[in-house]
Amino acid sequence: MAKAVEVGKRGTGRQSRAEPPDPQKGETEKQQLLKAFGDMLLIRRFEEKAGQLYGMGLIGGFCHLYIGQEAVVVGIQMGLTEGDEIVTSYRDHGHMLATGMEPRGVMAELTGRRDGYSRGKGGSMHMFSREKNFFGGHGIVGAQVPIGTGIAFANRYRGNDRVCVTYFGEGASNQGQVYESFNLAALMRLPVVYVIENNRYGMGTSVDRASASKDLSRNGEAWGIPGKQVDGMDVLAVRQAADAAIAYCRAGNGPFLLEVKTYRYRGHSMSDPGKYRTREEIQKVRTEHDCIEQARHRLTELGVEEAELKRIDDGIKKTVQDAADFAQSSPEPEADELWTDVLAEAPVGA
Amino acid sequence: MSTQILMPALSPTMTEGKLARWLKKVGDDVTAGEVIAEIETDKATMEVEAVDEGKLAKILVEEGTEGVAVNTPIAELAGDGEEPASAKPSGNGAAPAETAEPEKTAPAEPKPAAEARDATPAAKPATPKPAPQIPVASAPEKDWGPTKPIAVREALRDAMALEMRADPDVFLMGEEVAQYQGAYKVSQGLLEEFGERRVIDTPITEHGFSGLAIGAAMNGLKPILEFMTFNFAMQAMDQIINSAAKTRYMSGGQMGCPIVFRGPNGAASRVAAQHSQCYASWYAHVPGLKVVAPWSSADAKGLLRAAIRDPNPVVFLENEILYGQSFECPIADDFVLPIGRAKVEREGGDVTLVAFSAMVGVAMKAAEALAGQGIEAEVINLRSLRPLDTAAIVESVKKTSRVVSLEEGWPFAGIGAEISMQVIENCFDWLDAPPMRVSGADVPLPYAANLEKLALPQPDWVVDAVKKIV
Repeated sequence: MAKAVEVGKRGTGRQSRAEPPDPQKGETEKQQLLKAFGDMLLIRRFEEKAGQLYGMGLIGGFCHLYIGQEAVVVGIQMGLTEGDEIVTSYRDHGHMLATGMEPRGVMAELTGRRDGYSRGKGGSMHMFSREKNFFGGHGIVGAQVPIGTGIAFANRYRGNDRVCVTYFGEGASNQGQVYESFNLAALMRLPVVYVIENNRYGMGTSVDRASASKDLSRNGEAWGIPGKQVDGMDVLAVRQAADAAIAYCRAGNGPFLLEVKTYRYRGHSMSDPGKYRTREEIQKVRTEHDCIEQARHRLTELGVEEAELKRIDDGIKKTVQDAADFAQSSPEPEADELWTDVLAEAPVGA
Repeated sequence: MSTQILMPALSPTMTEGKLARWLKKVGDDVTAGEVIAEIETDKATMEVEAVDEGKLAKILVEEGTEGVAVNTPIAELAGDGEEPASAKPSGNGAAPAETAEPEKTAPAEPKPAAEARDATPAAKPATPKPAPQIPVASAPEKDWGPTKPIAVREALRDAMALEMRADPDVFLMGEEVAQYQGAYKVSQGLLEEFGERRVIDTPITEHGFSGLAIGAAMNGLKPILEFMTFNFAMQAMDQIINSAAKTRYMSGGQMGCPIVFRGPNGAASRVAAQHSQCYASWYAHVPGLKVVAPWSSADAKGLLRAAIRDPNPVVFLENEILYGQSFECPIADDFVLPIGRAKVEREGGDVTLVAFSAMVGVAMKAAEALAGQGIEAEVINLRSLRPLDTAAIVESVKKTSRVVSLEEGWPFAGIGAEISMQVIENCFDWLDAPPMRVSGADVPLPYAANLEKLALPQPDWVVDAVKKIV
């Protein structure tokens, strides 16, 4: 896995104003890393459990696991503040947990139950939380990119300083609507951070076979959108890059593009036989670059006891098991639920 | 404490598979994520990863076994002693076994028509669809007082201006809507009044700006999105259907999308196939959308105000030919028309003509011609296509016993087909003749003046259709 690659200043030179604020923000590295470790581990354990429930037939349809990519969403989330918005694709469980959505509600949606975030009507790929400013969960590759741009448009229209983080994969980065969005966001100087989660494979097609562009962080150059590559297996590096990108957008400079280099260990979805890459390739990333293991190693160096980390893990396992139990005991939606939420009630007089 | 490893489901449709190979043997240590076996499904050979860690205590299904059902225990894992008991999968999970059972559906035996109409619930889906929204006959339309003649174009502009004055979250966006004053001059004067923050020119990028407007609507704004014509909205179809129409449902009611997609629909004049198409039946097909198609200035103004206030995505199908036509329109400040209500434009007792948009004008001309021949036609202006005012159609057909639908679009799976079916379902016994439809010719619209005229419904087509059944 490539280490963080510093991409030279390009475009407008406005980038220089976007130097990251003090990454410590008053916290010690140890405190930051401990939080990140817990947040990443929650996603890992949650996804492992989701895979298990899928294998038991309790989760149906498509189920895209985030295992391996946890540092991306956790690192970026650490740079956001209250009110900032998030929108992503169908590989969305990690994003939801990172925004603070309840593991019980997410898992119950995966099992298609009444207490799921979408009351069982959205499933793995279509979940939302107004409360947490999580705008989905979108099943069509690339569709969330103009939507995220529009969420940012609403921020600018209202004159607030909120930023919308719009995640998509390197596979989606070849969609026409992504470039339409780049143009619109740059033209209107919208506060949107585009995050390409480059996990190297769009389903079974490697990025080399799909993209003529070799450095995806430069894909916004034609529109003057500054970009940066970052090692997505190093959660604090992601956080630092996020801080700079978010500050740039919040200051009214327009969009910013982050290419976060990451890797997914599991198949594209649960039904992916994974013949497009070798077991050794996966194993190598897992053993040498795993985001959680790197954090664990560094925390040990910083003097955190193994027992403390084990205690965190045990707590997370309990949380996840509780979510799994809840998701199996929550009843299926009432049959009448079939007909609700198609349309909102129109106001009287309209 | 041992944990059973169950035969996993490796795809949405897998019910059984072959246990092709064990990669671990009894006594081996297993860590989470390690591949322990290979399973062949009808689609592929898949690797099975361990979820828990421990020692492989027992292999319950030997390699080479075919037809192993999902959830069958295939091995046992001995825990490290401190694994919480709750980590154990819940045995032969009852839930998946139950849900895996394909539902028995009643054999679909053909029934006589009369019996089919009151089919028993057993022949229907588990939950019957709720009764139609507007089962009762329409109340008379409110009297809005004095009127004055204005063109459809001005009626649309006035509706937008009134709503933009009333609600700061409403804005207009589209190609040439601001500085150019609208490709068809519908947005004339709006930039001057509301400024460039709220009247926004976009680049020619329908897919992108539609998604952007939908995102803004999800974040609480109320965009009016103008398509220069609906032909170009095909570029944005995925966003309109998959994002705008479905998100409320998929989010369990959390996310709204209050947006109006408006612009001219259907044939203009001599612009040929790619610029001349009626999308009424396309959008009317989609749950989660409302679809409106005004004819007169009053329709345009009253319905556009309602569409802008509506918390749902509304597709507002205008017509270029109508923009310059003038109609009487109420001058009351609070004039608004409800979406979902049709209007009887002309009363008659011999036949019902059902039309929308510019075809209402054609129906009115046909009714005039028919009156000269002693046939009194009732003309229904649908105004809304989804929801459809079935009650108004049914009420009229119960009086006339004959119905002719009229639309500019293609006949196959068109609005006329739906009107005909609604009449058959709701007032079959009142019919004295089969429902008829008049529609555009089932061809891409030609350019040549004479051919174009042959492809678009004319009043005499309607007269001919009526005379076949009266």
